[in-house]
Amino acid sequence: MKKTKLFAAIMCSSLLILSIVFVAADHIDAPAVAGTTTDIADLYAFEGDNPNNTVFIATLQGPLTPGVVTENAAFDEDVLVEFNIDNTGDLIEDLVIQAIKRGDSMYFFGPAQPAQTGLSSEVAVFSERTAVKISDSTDVQIVTNNGMSFFAGPRRDAFYFDFNRFNEVISGTAAPDGFLPPGTAEDFFEALNVLAIAVEIPNSMLGTAPQHIANGIGGVANLAPSYNVWVSAKRKQ
Amino acid sequence: MKIYKIKLVFIAICASVLFAQCDDDENGNVIMQETCDDGILNGDEEGIDCGGSNCEPCVGALDFSGTYVQEDIMGRPGINTVFSGTDDVKNMFNTSLVTDRAAFQPTFEATLEAYHDVYGDALGTPIDYETNILGFDAVTFTTVLAEFDALQVSPNGPTSYYDPNISGAVLTGRTLSDDVIDISLTLMFGGMSGTRFDGNNDTPQLTSDGVDSGDRDFSLPFPYLEPPIQE
Repeated sequence: MKKTKLFAAIMCSSLLILSIVFVAADHIDAPAVAGTTTDIADLYAFEGDNPNNTVFIATLQGPLTPGVVTENAAFDEDVLVEFNIDNTGDLIEDLVIQAIKRGDSMYFFGPAQPAQTGLSSEVAVFSERTAVKISDSTDVQIVTNNGMSFFAGPRRDAFYFDFNRFNEVISGTAAPDGFLPPGTAEDFFEALNVLAIAVEIPNSMLGTAPQHIANGIGGVANLAPSYNVWVSAKRKQ
Repeated sequence: MKIYKIKLVFIAICASVLFAQCDDDENGNVIMQETCDDGILNGDEEGIDCGGSNCEPCVGALDFSGTYVQEDIMGRPGINTVFSGTDDVKNMFNTSLVTDRAAFQPTFEATLEAYHDVYGDALGTPIDYETNILGFDAVTFTTVLAEFDALQVSPNGPTSYYDPNISGAVLTGRTLSDDVIDISLTLMFGGMSGTRFDGNNDTPQLTSDGVDSGDRDFSLPFPYLEPPIQE
């Protein structure tokens, strides 16, 4: 990334916090969490390289510019990140995989049936616990335990989007043309980083997937049975 | 006689204590290299196989107590940022349960229509949302987005946010490479054909943002993400 472009990106990042323009996917999505350690950037959930596994990745605190900002970014010991898995189809979490920092490590708990569902959580200390040292740019630490793999640390943002143009599109300043053609459009996130938490887990530990929640709605039918998955970030009171 | 018995008991107790200690110490075998799973306190460990410079901190030393309260939440990409409209609504969405989102639907629908109005105004003709490629009308579409905001993840088969060209891979999760923006724009502005406002035939380009994943490498092993970009 050229320095001028990087400077523009930094300026845009700063302006965003003060303005009402949109950032997707969930990066700096609302004023109460923007710029805080609970700010979720993205959630990914997909079949692993081993097709018997599912991968859950949450990214946080994005976008981080390369260099000092990325190096200084840190997980917060007061923030509990939870992958929530509904395996009955009622959109209430039946299992959680939790991640919370202590010292130089990320501690993972679960998958576990949470003691309580909803807006408040406690750490599932009764469940399987795995610690992995938090990685940095060059020292990548991965721990495997009981068929599961764990990682936490800074990574390149996988999300791509011409978000500056998007803001012009929805505000009307890009009307009537809309988005720019390939080659002219610019991926705002091309050279930015995030803090990532990744878990790969055998499907056998997640229970049987319920009927796809969108089956029978509109013109949708015959979708594969699917868990409902979301990520939450919760702060210690 | 009594004294002899007492002596015997004393010796037995000493022996048992000694043996117990020996058990802890692998029966006196010389340990060449301490590890974090050898079952004994050695090296600079603070407890048996914990603490010190090499092992995981001891359980007693870590405090996981307390109650943690939700400040942010995410299922599908961009839902809150694109559809909530105002700062207050965005904050409310982030502190709400997935099962408690019915009240957001009218706002989502109004926002969706407002985006169409921007182009209706620019082109001088009324433009409304049209039923999309999933067969969702405006109410159904915004109800699904508001009330079912989770990724549907299929454990059996390939993952795609939305790819009708891969059998069994429609709405089955989100990979790192999925172009969730173009998919979302197509669902919002593409109509039943998916090409309603695709920049052709003098229409605005609203179904693709024109960028792809560029030089990102999505073929890496766990944790699948690339190292951070360096300065």
